[in-house]
Amino acid sequence: MVTSPVVSLVTADGREEPHAVLCRGVEKSFAAGESRVHVLRGTDFVARAGEMTFLVGPSGCGKTTLISIIGAILSCDAGEVEVLGTSLRSLSGGRLADFRLGNLGFIFQQFNLLPALTAVENASIPLVARGTPLRRAECAAADMLNRLGIGDHARKMPAQLSGGQQQRVAIARALVHEPRLVICDEPTASLDAASGHQVMELLREIALAPGRAVVIVTHDNRIFEFADVIHRMADGRVTAVESSAPMATGGSA
Amino acid sequence: MLVVALRMLLGDRTKCLGLVFGMALSTLLVCQQVSIFFGLLARASSVISDVREADIWVMDGAVKTIDVPFPLRDTVLPRVRGVEGVAWAVPFFKAITQVRTRQGTLDNAIMLGIDDATLVGVPDAFVLGSIDDLLLPDSIAINPAGFRLLFPGEALDTGRLLELNDRRARIVAIVNAAPAFSANLTIYTRYSLATQYTNNGRNSLSFVLAKAVDPTRIDEVARRIAAETELKAVPAAEFRRESITYILENTGIPASFGTVVVLGVLIGIAIVGLTFNQFVMENIRQYAALKAIGVRNSRLLAMTLTQALFVGVIGYGIGLAAAATFFATAGKSDALRGFYLLPEVAIGVAILAVAIVIIATIVSLRRVLVVDPATVFRG
Repeated sequence: MVTSPVVSLVTADGREEPHAVLCRGVEKSFAAGESRVHVLRGTDFVARAGEMTFLVGPSGCGKTTLISIIGAILSCDAGEVEVLGTSLRSLSGGRLADFRLGNLGFIFQQFNLLPALTAVENASIPLVARGTPLRRAECAAADMLNRLGIGDHARKMPAQLSGGQQQRVAIARALVHEPRLVICDEPTASLDAASGHQVMELLREIALAPGRAVVIVTHDNRIFEFADVIHRMADGRVTAVESSAPMATGGSA
Repeated sequence: MLVVALRMLLGDRTKCLGLVFGMALSTLLVCQQVSIFFGLLARASSVISDVREADIWVMDGAVKTIDVPFPLRDTVLPRVRGVEGVAWAVPFFKAITQVRTRQGTLDNAIMLGIDDATLVGVPDAFVLGSIDDLLLPDSIAINPAGFRLLFPGEALDTGRLLELNDRRARIVAIVNAAPAFSANLTIYTRYSLATQYTNNGRNSLSFVLAKAVDPTRIDEVARRIAAETELKAVPAAEFRRESITYILENTGIPASFGTVVVLGVLIGIAIVGLTFNQFVMENIRQYAALKAIGVRNSRLLAMTLTQALFVGVIGYGIGLAAAATFFATAGKSDALRGFYLLPEVAIGVAILAVAIVIIATIVSLRRVLVVDPATVFRG
């Protein structure tokens, strides 16, 4: 790993790097009684297409808040957030929801599968929400489950699946509509070491398609080996970026 | 996504059944009670409804209901007949009397005395015998419920003898009179016999029934009768309304039925609202996940409404079917005869069911719409 300054948009030879996520000076605070807690204090962050970008740091450092903002779920108080070339400030309400549905895939720590739906039905939700006919959506979801190695469990309910299998269903749900940015929140936290390793291999193999970026928030240092870039956060800021390839400075912390 | 919504609902069978049960119970309670209520009100004016030939009812000014007549002088009849615009006028006698059943118990009976000459006032619904049989000596016609009260377990029959006020009475016909409010047994006989059977002497005239020459000027003729005789004269429809109003204002029926109806609605709202709210709360994280994925609030609203409407329609259908079954089976008994599941009630309860569904949805949906999708990122 190579440590570089926090934001880098320009490569060593001066070429502008295509970025999936670009955050500059992002600030976010929440009310806590009569005072306010400043969770993000001018955070800069970049994730490039074709890379697996990790966001790591101690609890309470602002990782989840940052991916919520990147995921168009929370809005920031100040700063610029550009995701897949779109400034999130230009979107609001229903258009933000449409943006998420059209471009983003989410993998949650708790899977958040609908317990009353089968694996294939769960995996098909983003397509169904986009208006794809049910049968076609479920065919696509079944294909994705096959690629993830759990095609045999497509008709099982989440409660009938192991944690690792449930996370694969969640991955299928995140990828079935071929999003350009996949956001993962502690994808291996609920899994044992072997299952976590398998899930990361699948993510690397399937999620990291050409032109697609993957941002992963994790505490799990057993999976750091899968990262192309690791952003370390502390106190509401990205304090260091570790990369497997050298990069030139293009921005500042 | 509506299919997803229904799958979510059907996946939790216990809650789904609870919701359907709540809606069905509420529908059954309200349908049954409201229909019985309207059935009772119809009974309050059934004697008036059964007299189809008369346009106008003439009575003492103090009379408020068909069930409490005040005797008129016999001289009233020719005065009414003399009013301009009156085609004909006949006497009508109504009293409550007691009859002794075969078991030796006493039961109330409605004694209706009709004009000896014209026999106006008997419903044209004879099960056995005919209206002309009432011209026979000591003849009476009774209703089927009354026959079963007097002769339990026996098939409807004519020719049987009764003793009324120490006088002999022969059942010559069975007539399907509409069930009345004050007694199950209704007796039709000629006016002259009715006064003897009830021991009424002079001034036994309860009502004068009149027919207007011009059926489009009934109100005007009624006003003219009232002006010339200084009695109360009202069109039949208005007298029906007055009799019903009397029941509404002077009995506890509206309050008791109203209470049950309100309770039925509250039970519906409570069971459906709370169960639906619990269902939504247990799935709130899933709703948050759907929002995070990109499902719009409007779509979530449609999903929640679909779920509520689904249980609403199924529950309402089951409740309505149960109410219809109740009236189809229990309605065969004499005590409940004449009570029907009225289409107006079914429609009204459907509107009520929609209201329950909307209230349940609003209560639950608020949580869905305000749920922070960022919840899904919290362990």
